[in-house]
Amino acid sequence: MAATAHPAHSMTVRGLKPFYAKRQAVQAVDLDVRAHEILALIGPSGCGKSTVLRCLNRMHETIPYAHAEGSVKLDDLDIYQAGIDATLVRRKIGMVFQMPIALRTRSIYENIAVGLRLGGMNDRLELDRRVEQALRSANLWDEVKDKLQLSGLALSGGQQQRLSIARTIAIEPAVILFDEPCSALDPISTLKIEELLLQLRERYTLVIVTHNMQQAARISDRTAVFMVERGQEQPVGLLVEEGSTEQIFSKPRDRRTEEYISGKVG
Amino acid sequence: MNIQTNMQNYAGRSLVDRAMRGLTVVATALAIIPLFLIIGYVLIVGGAALNLDFFTQTYQPPVAVGSEAIDPATGLPIDSTLSGSGAIDPATGLPIDPSTAGSSEEQPDLSQVEARGGVLHGIVGTLMITIAALLISLPIGIMAGIFLAEYPDTPFNTFIRFCCDVLSGAPSIVIGVVGFTLLVQTTRTYSGVAGAIALTFLMVPTIARTTEEILKLVPNATREAAMAMGAPMWYATLTVVVPTALSGIVTGALLAFARGAGETAPLLLTIQGNSNLSFSLFEPLAALPLLTYKYIESPFPAENQLAWGTAFVLMMLVLGVNLLVRITTARIKKG
Repeated sequence: MAATAHPAHSMTVRGLKPFYAKRQAVQAVDLDVRAHEILALIGPSGCGKSTVLRCLNRMHETIPYAHAEGSVKLDDLDIYQAGIDATLVRRKIGMVFQMPIALRTRSIYENIAVGLRLGGMNDRLELDRRVEQALRSANLWDEVKDKLQLSGLALSGGQQQRLSIARTIAIEPAVILFDEPCSALDPISTLKIEELLLQLRERYTLVIVTHNMQQAARISDRTAVFMVERGQEQPVGLLVEEGSTEQIFSKPRDRRTEEYISGKVG
Repeated sequence: MNIQTNMQNYAGRSLVDRAMRGLTVVATALAIIPLFLIIGYVLIVGGAALNLDFFTQTYQPPVAVGSEAIDPATGLPIDSTLSGSGAIDPATGLPIDPSTAGSSEEQPDLSQVEARGGVLHGIVGTLMITIAALLISLPIGIMAGIFLAEYPDTPFNTFIRFCCDVLSGAPSIVIGVVGFTLLVQTTRTYSGVAGAIALTFLMVPTIARTTEEILKLVPNATREAAMAMGAPMWYATLTVVVPTALSGIVTGALLAFARGAGETAPLLLTIQGNSNLSFSLFEPLAALPLLTYKYIESPFPAENQLAWGTAFVLMMLVLGVNLLVRITTARIKKG
């Protein structure tokens, strides 16, 4: 691994409780994200895995009345402590969503440059260089280098998703979160994204939420399994097991994990 | 299973289906026929009133056929040689022509009067007032719309939305009375500004609500993508969300313009009308709807004709703006 060439960033989650209004969506979560790994969050619908993911860069609180308690540390810095600006957190911990988002009023070039400009970069040459670099890193450069001024909507779904990834890595985050990045894509585009994720692991720390267990098995180093407990008035999600992907898929410790993996539930 | 089991039932159902479809066609026709009648009538009657003078001249008193100026109060030719020397009619303040005074058995033939002049002053007045109103309404309306759409969970917000709905449904004569009291009485003069501000009361709610509706159509994922890059909310709204919705906002503005251009009641009480061409917003101004009103009330058939002409121009203005809306939205959707 080329990990030594790139700064290693890890995350530590302790006692994280996401709320929607007064309703706690997930029981307190303890989770470690190690540097230069792909951590997969899997589980049935409604188990709170996306909610937990969105807490990791404070996107959760952009939903009206939503908030989170507990601590989430990027290296040694608690991103929930007072005086931390959520928008700055999101520049260090980027996020790619399920639906590919090409900002429709902007060209392919501007889709990348907008985040850099936001960071105060205005030098044309430097912008050109960083845009190219980001597009290359997202394996998209060769496909779009001749049409940088076209609308992002001219791209296919898979290309738009790589454009979204390029936009995220252009601002050089430490960690990138993926919320079901392949759910809206065909198998070939999915394969390209998966290859890309494995490349990105060399430079970044990645967390991916996925519905596709094969995908988790193919690309992740470690896996966290979430379940939903329906016994109470409101269903509540919980983290049942966290471990190396190999161990989770071959020798799950928790009975619920085993049932889920083998297709008995979820 | 026999596929024809329900044949009888099927015949009944398809009959009902056809009857219902027929009814919708009839209802659509009923809705459209008046529209075509109105447009057609205005086109034919109004179109006949148009000539070069109509667009290049301002108000001139009508004249009797083959004669000079006519007294608009009595519809009779004014004998200029008598002015200053003859008796003054206390009701009109005009000289009384001794040849007709008192001789009421001789009714003037109003149809023997031809209109002169045009409505340039009305076209200019309408454009000035409506554009001024739009310039005031746009920033207020768009910002209110952004507030309504992007910060939907404040109690204040519900209040604003309610006010917008009430205001956009308020009878326009009420807006006129408010404009008169607030602006005309305090400044002691009718003026274009007063008219523009009165129209603003009508245009702001329209713009705010269309802006809100269109911003709500922007996928939330677009906002999240911008925020996930570390954009603060205001930056995401201004640089990503609003540009995405721009075509819709432009549509709202143009529709507000069309509505403002056609309003009569608020202007009646605020700009008063002006027979001459004026380019000052601080003077009484003419406007097309007011001229239509004035001319249709005129005793001279020739001036009634002008009313149809102004109606025609007004209608073309509104139609043109609506076409513009169609074209811009179609183009933006394509690109």
